[in-house]
Amino acid sequence: MATSSTPWWASEDFWRKCAIFVTAFMALVLILLTFHSLAAIQSGAGRVPAYAVINHRIDYRFNEERGYQVPVIGDEAPLFGRKLSEEEAEQLVDLGKLTVQAKNCMNCHTLLGNGAYYAPDLTKAWLDPGWGNEQARELLMTLFLKDPIANARTFGTGRRMPDMDLTDDEVRGVIAFLKWMSAVDTNGFPRGFEPLPQGDA
Amino acid sequence: MAEATADAVPLPEAQPATAVRTATPLSAAQRLALHYFLVAMVLFLAQMIFGLIAGLQFLMPDLLHGVLDFNVNRMVHINAMIVWMLYGFIGAIYWLVEDEAGVPLVGIFIARATFWVLTAAVTAVVIVFLVVQAGPGEMSSIWLINEGREYIEAPRWADIGIVICMGAFFYNVAATFMKGRWSGISGTLVLDLIALAGLYFAGMFYTTNISVDQYWWWWVVHLWVEATWEVLVGCIMAWGLMKTLGVRRKIVTTWLYIEVALMFGSGILGLGHHYFWIGTPEYWLGIGGFFSALEPIPLVAMVVHAVYDAGRHGFKSNNHPALAWLIAHAFGNFLGAGVWGFIQTLPQINLYTHGTQWSASHGHLAFFGAYATIVVAFVYLALQRWRGDVWMSGDLPDRGWKWKWALALLNVGALAMTVALLIAGYEQSFVERAAGGSTWEAYFAGQTTPWFVQAMQWRMIFGVMMTLGLVLLLWDFLTIGRGETRAAKAVPSPEDGA
Repeated sequence: MATSSTPWWASEDFWRKCAIFVTAFMALVLILLTFHSLAAIQSGAGRVPAYAVINHRIDYRFNEERGYQVPVIGDEAPLFGRKLSEEEAEQLVDLGKLTVQAKNCMNCHTLLGNGAYYAPDLTKAWLDPGWGNEQARELLMTLFLKDPIANARTFGTGRRMPDMDLTDDEVRGVIAFLKWMSAVDTNGFPRGFEPLPQGDA
Repeated sequence: MAEATADAVPLPEAQPATAVRTATPLSAAQRLALHYFLVAMVLFLAQMIFGLIAGLQFLMPDLLHGVLDFNVNRMVHINAMIVWMLYGFIGAIYWLVEDEAGVPLVGIFIARATFWVLTAAVTAVVIVFLVVQAGPGEMSSIWLINEGREYIEAPRWADIGIVICMGAFFYNVAATFMKGRWSGISGTLVLDLIALAGLYFAGMFYTTNISVDQYWWWWVVHLWVEATWEVLVGCIMAWGLMKTLGVRRKIVTTWLYIEVALMFGSGILGLGHHYFWIGTPEYWLGIGGFFSALEPIPLVAMVVHAVYDAGRHGFKSNNHPALAWLIAHAFGNFLGAGVWGFIQTLPQINLYTHGTQWSASHGHLAFFGAYATIVVAFVYLALQRWRGDVWMSGDLPDRGWKWKWALALLNVGALAMTVALLIAGYEQSFVERAAGGSTWEAYFAGQTTPWFVQAMQWRMIFGVMMTLGLVLLLWDFLTIGRGETRAAKAVPSPEDGA
């Protein structure tokens, strides 16, 4: 309560009202933005691709208008040589996402830059030039995930991925999930990334 | 305003420093609070041990490979931290609720049962994390083993248990205030607890879409640690300043409202700084950048408030260790959460720092500075009362070397570790991100440069320093005030002049 010796701007009452009003207003703005953002990031809504994107070649090219690199969906290039329907693709990506969570990948790797910093970011793992070329990529990824100790990719460090006991289906799911994630529009993150040469490029 | 509380003591001059202490036994809620503090400290130690192992694995990658891999150690490291801090907050609230409400805790049986259920659940989760570690790519793994989402890895069964326990805790607190009296602090606290518990629901579902997943995941993680937890410690801080220094209630309450207005005013939309790169629309770059850049302002207000109050009372506190840790909290919160967050929060910078050791650096100082410190301060307040309202001001036996060295080792260790990780982060941003274009090869090139490796070595040294500090702190907790015959120094009643 403001007393005669306390100016209004220093009174308990004034600041209580401020706290309530500011909190309510900011929460309301966040809720409104959340409705918009969630609609914008549904799969297939534009920024986040439909799951059947794994039937296509994905690239990451500089966009003049936006000033940074964005995913570019190219010709048909079905994963493991088999074209999937949207439902089948979703099932496969879902198995991969579930496996990534169940195997606790995020406590070594980052996904979209979030997680732990002991192992490389997986946002563009599908496009990483370390796989050598487009033809070898699927096989190398499969072999690596099946037996990461024998096929260790430590780039000269001693940091080896432990064997996570993935089944063949889980391996295919994880690769599908990584391919799908590489097509998410991340506002240019990571910047300056040179993807694996693909197609005619 | 309410009259002076039962354990408020007369003005300083009225009681000689050598008065025989007249201890009143602890209430049931206070004894329960001590249980929470005990588990909190065990988990704090566990956090340190698993942090040391994970830190060592950066330098010795073969250490425990295939037995306790980095992801397991890191998961236990961060989850032990989240849980011990929550235990510390819950303990602090059980400790202050009766004093603040003026009546005994409502529902002590439920409160005790909740403690044992929650502790049993935490124990089971940790054992599964360590022994089972991971499961097949099926929903049963998410329900029983590990949700695989950083900070909220606890499996779904435990999530539901946590929500039930939080509901019981909320009942205890709200019912006690409803039976007794309300104050600005208790009103803020109860509303904040509703938000804090409600936000946890945002982390309790599974979705294939990683962008939607991370959108809600940040509602829990950010709106906890950068909003509702901050307000919670603001409430605890307000009560702590009244108890240690005798700061007037009217002053701390007005400051608390200012802090809430600034904290939620910046922190709620500051959430946007996590929405730069996860697939969310571009407008978050502007909104997140702007509001999160304002987030340090309430933390400055908290420093001003704490230091002003302490100075205003000539640092004449009835509990020197607690006051020192409250001041450490004010500065640690400002530096760790405020400055270290600010330096990388603008999207133009964050593009290169996101997902590097910059984040680790910020995380270490923010959690320690903002939350570990205030729990430690509160444990000192509780121990003082438990040991019989004993003297804990100047002239402690052996000059109080244990608490002073523990304070120094933990705070210097945390700050220096943070600087080491920041250097590693700078190096990573340049070598991996700016020059190398974020490929896997660039990542490993960054991880192997001598500057990065040296930073990791320094981080280990300061991690060991912190661990020594923690051992000393626990030793001090076991011994401080034992055999003390002097009564606590008296501080003015917070209700005077209100």
